[in-house]
Amino acid sequence: MRLSPDQLVFWRHGFVTLNETIVTTWALMLALTIGSMLVTRKLRSDIAISRWQSALEILVTGIQQQITEVGLRQPEKYLGFLGTLFLFIAAANLCAIIPGYEPPTASLSTTAALALSVFVAVPIYGIAAQGLGNYLTSYLKPSAIMLPFNIISELSRTLALAVRLFGNMMSGAMIIGILLTITPLLFPIVMSALGLLTGMVQAYIFSILATVYIAAATQASKE
Amino acid sequence: MLIDWFTVGAQALNFLILVWLLKRFLYKPILRAIDEREKRIAGELADAATQKAEAQQEREEFRRKNDALDKDHARLMDKAAAEAESEGKRLLNQARTESDEMRAKLLDSLQNEHLTLTQALVAKTQQEVFAIARKTLEDLAATSLEERMADVFVSRLHALSEAEKAALSPAGDSRDALIRSVYVLPPTQRALIEAAVKETIGAATQCRFVVAPDLISGIELTFNGFKLAWSIADYLASFEKSVGSILQQPKPDGRASRHAG
Repeated sequence: MRLSPDQLVFWRHGFVTLNETIVTTWALMLALTIGSMLVTRKLRSDIAISRWQSALEILVTGIQQQITEVGLRQPEKYLGFLGTLFLFIAAANLCAIIPGYEPPTASLSTTAALALSVFVAVPIYGIAAQGLGNYLTSYLKPSAIMLPFNIISELSRTLALAVRLFGNMMSGAMIIGILLTITPLLFPIVMSALGLLTGMVQAYIFSILATVYIAAATQASKE
Repeated sequence: MLIDWFTVGAQALNFLILVWLLKRFLYKPILRAIDEREKRIAGELADAATQKAEAQQEREEFRRKNDALDKDHARLMDKAAAEAESEGKRLLNQARTESDEMRAKLLDSLQNEHLTLTQALVAKTQQEVFAIARKTLEDLAATSLEERMADVFVSRLHALSEAEKAALSPAGDSRDALIRSVYVLPPTQRALIEAAVKETIGAATQCRFVVAPDLISGIELTFNGFKLAWSIADYLASFEKSVGSILQQPKPDGRASRHAG
């Protein structure tokens, strides 16, 4: 049994491998981009708009609202990164409904890549918001003794992000796989539905945690 | 091995590309559309508010004008009613005056007609009476009317009172007695009359005979400012008087007289 879609390799040339994770991710990227293009190609600024445009507007404004609620004052600045995190994870998890599909988020490599992105984005946004000095001194708060703990916290939460998403998604796929061998009828459907819910929840948790980290980094000095 | 570091790098890169793609094709157009719409709605709302205010203003204006118009209307109606009343009175008066005038004219014409009719009747009656009398006299006495008239005239001369005779007696030099008659008197009548005149007034009196058709029928003596006459015209005058009084007795109104005429 495969634990990760990384293990299904389509093409390998030395260090470079083209596995299922990457291919699925590309497919998702393509779907998301083309879907967006199709809808935004005929955008209207009238009172009467298409249903797809309405749906996308609800999605985008919903994400913006979430970001604002967490405490980031200019959601447009973070919308690209945080919105894409949510949309990609949600799309990857929801596609689990397609038979034979294995979500790229069930690969620790993907979740690690996303967690690393957050890990890098947090200081970038923090420094952009409050300057390098202020950002670095935030590691010394409340006292210099806390510096190692702050660094450990930074690393561990990144690891936690990666493993939480991976664990949830991988376990969902695993449970369905196992259940299929035991009770092939009905029960896997229930679990699959539960998996969709878990996937959405995980997408939400991942992006909301990333938002919280960024908010903490950008507003540390102000508090 | 759960982590493939190449895959990690590739996925991180994929994610960054996806971030760029979605920014380019999703967030920016959507946010722009939302902004435009919000701006547009705000603009339209502002327009609507302006229009509403304008409409309110216009409504007030309209109401004010309407009130003024109502007042004007009432005033004009009152004025027109008053004018119509006065005009009606004037026309009524005029009609009354005209009707009075017309009635007066009608009465005039009726009277004229009445007069004409009376005159015609008188003339006709005179002629008829004259003809009848003459015919009767001729038939009965086998004498002409003129003879009879002369006889009557002579008998009248004889019948004059003394005071009248005295008045006829010549005071001055004038001795001409003017005898007027309708027809030329025959010589016997002339001689008869002349003798009677001379007997009554004086032997020196010269008689002059003149034909006067306006006497109708009769003889008239004019002498020295004194006039003695006998003619049918006198009878006719009294007859006319009596006929006229008969005609005037039932005073005719306009319509009845018109039908009668």
